[in-house]
Amino acid sequence: MADLGKRYRDAFAASAARGDGPLLFPFLAAGFPTPEETPELVRAAIRGGAAGFEIGVPFSDPLADGPVHQDAYTVALAAGATIETALDACRTARQTAPDIPITLMGYLNPFLSYGSSGSRDNLDPGEAIGDPVQPLAKRAAEAGVDGIIIVDLPVDESDTAREVFAAHGISLVYLLAPTSTDERIAAVAERASGFIYLVSLTGVTGARDQVAADFKAFVGRVRALTDTPLAVGFGISRREHVVEVGKLVPAAIIGSALTTTIASAPVDGRAQAVERYLEVVTGRRSEETST
Amino acid sequence: MTRESGAFGPFGGQFAPETLMPALAELEDEWEQAQSDPAFRSELDAMLRDYVGRETPLTHAERLSEQLGGAQIWLKREDLAHTGAHKINNALGQVLLARRMGKPRIIAETGAGQHGVATATACARFGIECIVYMGEEDVRRQALNVFRMNLLGAEVVPVKSGARTLKDAINESIRDWVTNVRTTHYLIGSAIGPHPYPVIVRELQSCIGREAKDQLQKKIGKLPDVAIACVGGGSNAIGLFHPLIDDPVRLIGVEAAGEGLKARHAATLSAGSPGVLHGTRTYVLQDDHGQITEAHSISAGLDYPGVGPEHAWLMLTERAEYVSVTDDEALDGLKLLSETEGIIPALETAHAIAYAAKVAPAMSPDETILIGLSGRGDKDVEIVRDALEARAP
Repeated sequence: MADLGKRYRDAFAASAARGDGPLLFPFLAAGFPTPEETPELVRAAIRGGAAGFEIGVPFSDPLADGPVHQDAYTVALAAGATIETALDACRTARQTAPDIPITLMGYLNPFLSYGSSGSRDNLDPGEAIGDPVQPLAKRAAEAGVDGIIIVDLPVDESDTAREVFAAHGISLVYLLAPTSTDERIAAVAERASGFIYLVSLTGVTGARDQVAADFKAFVGRVRALTDTPLAVGFGISRREHVVEVGKLVPAAIIGSALTTTIASAPVDGRAQAVERYLEVVTGRRSEETST
Repeated sequence: MTRESGAFGPFGGQFAPETLMPALAELEDEWEQAQSDPAFRSELDAMLRDYVGRETPLTHAERLSEQLGGAQIWLKREDLAHTGAHKINNALGQVLLARRMGKPRIIAETGAGQHGVATATACARFGIECIVYMGEEDVRRQALNVFRMNLLGAEVVPVKSGARTLKDAINESIRDWVTNVRTTHYLIGSAIGPHPYPVIVRELQSCIGREAKDQLQKKIGKLPDVAIACVGGGSNAIGLFHPLIDDPVRLIGVEAAGEGLKARHAATLSAGSPGVLHGTRTYVLQDDHGQITEAHSISAGLDYPGVGPEHAWLMLTERAEYVSVTDDEALDGLKLLSETEGIIPALETAHAIAYAAKVAPAMSPDETILIGLSGRGDKDVEIVRDALEARAP
């Protein structure tokens, strides 16, 4: 069994030693706009300064996502994207950058379905979630995945799944939101490995003009209860947001704004657009020269 | 945090984004307090009596029974409740609950518009802001119901994502709730969604079964032998079944087979598989990759690729049977009840009638079938006319 959360720990420690935080983890919707393009977009993001990845598995009913990701998933699914597309993207990232932490992200139903060939038999209450994710845990570990985010698997329902993934060296990465009570934050703190994903705002994914005003207080409430590294996502789209949240947490996740960058780039310029956008949000290139 | 509450065996649970989890806990607490608060109970009972018109009648369908030549058929008349369907029972109860929680804004999803109209009605009665999400395709097909909701002061928001029908309206409602959870109550219209919704909706709809059981006892001095109800999400069915669960009554839920189980349909229990949709573990319609597939039924109210988790549990434990009838058979059921009893049922309800017509002839005249007549069919006459014309030789 791999050392649970090791790549996350190492990446955070190295960044802290360099003092150049926050780390930037881009979110890429696997298979958007086509499965064939995904590996090159992953490599482009690494060239642009990605310090890790969140690779999203498209789902037909993404109820925590705003319009940008809904549309991206619809396009990806129509182009034939599956969990395999996402695992391929993870494998590409792992081969290109052996040390970066890679997080697979998605909704529960496709993960339960993976490898079960639509079985009607997995009905034992205790095994209803744990058993069906066994095949995914195995394949994800082989693809080099370090952590998994399951948007609609809250901590209350997560214990069997967490154990299955942990047995394959994969951290179940929890989300906390500004609405999370101290009791829920403590429950997550007790179980977390890798990092904890802070949802910066009360809402769905999508770029916003500003970082939520109560984000600092939210980070404080979480910090009081855990030492696990924190990463922030939802609403982060610009270098100034990254700098602002970087004063509070060691990593930021950018999703919708990157997806929009891909969607609005010329067909033969998507990889270059991803690379440039990452250079800008990581501070390697000033915004003025980005266009 | 290993709560067992909200589980129906392996089904049910709370598979919701973290942002909503505290709101679900708050709703559960408030519901439990309301249950044991005599003031809540008496206000709800008074509203159900004086505003909705409960109890609804139990009608002996004499000519239908005679024509089918077997069991005696009794109809629990939710079509006679205010707004014309059982949906108002749940909408009123949840509006009272939202008021207790101090939530000034209510959102709801709707397919054909019945739940939307019921929610808009209850919100108008209590002066609460009401937003109804409705798939763009349904907005187009059910323009009159959109107008009804507008008359009642509700804002109807067309949903442009996915197939632009009920499933997408629920997704959009959940997105609104994720964003406005501090001020907003999501008034789910069926016995679906994360715990505690399936329990709340069941309890608010159980008046259907409780009344029917008492009424039948008074009229014929016994329980029904069979109880039949249509199942989409399954709120009217669970409302009819639940008070009969410990009794020796055969329970039959009728799903929409649409164009047939090998073609497009909405028969989730009959032909789906276990999965997680809209916050609950239940049976769903899905492809080999766990993507939710589109449902189809002539009845918009049954056109949903999931089903209430308690129905999944009743099927697994074999306490209830789940069958399906096609669009065509439902149309025949609608005509049959209209012509024999002078009652035009909703297309949803017509599925239950159609199945009753299959089982009644094989039963004896001493035996009784209780049908949950969940709604009236005025809303469907255009669709029915078009469908009957289309199949005319």
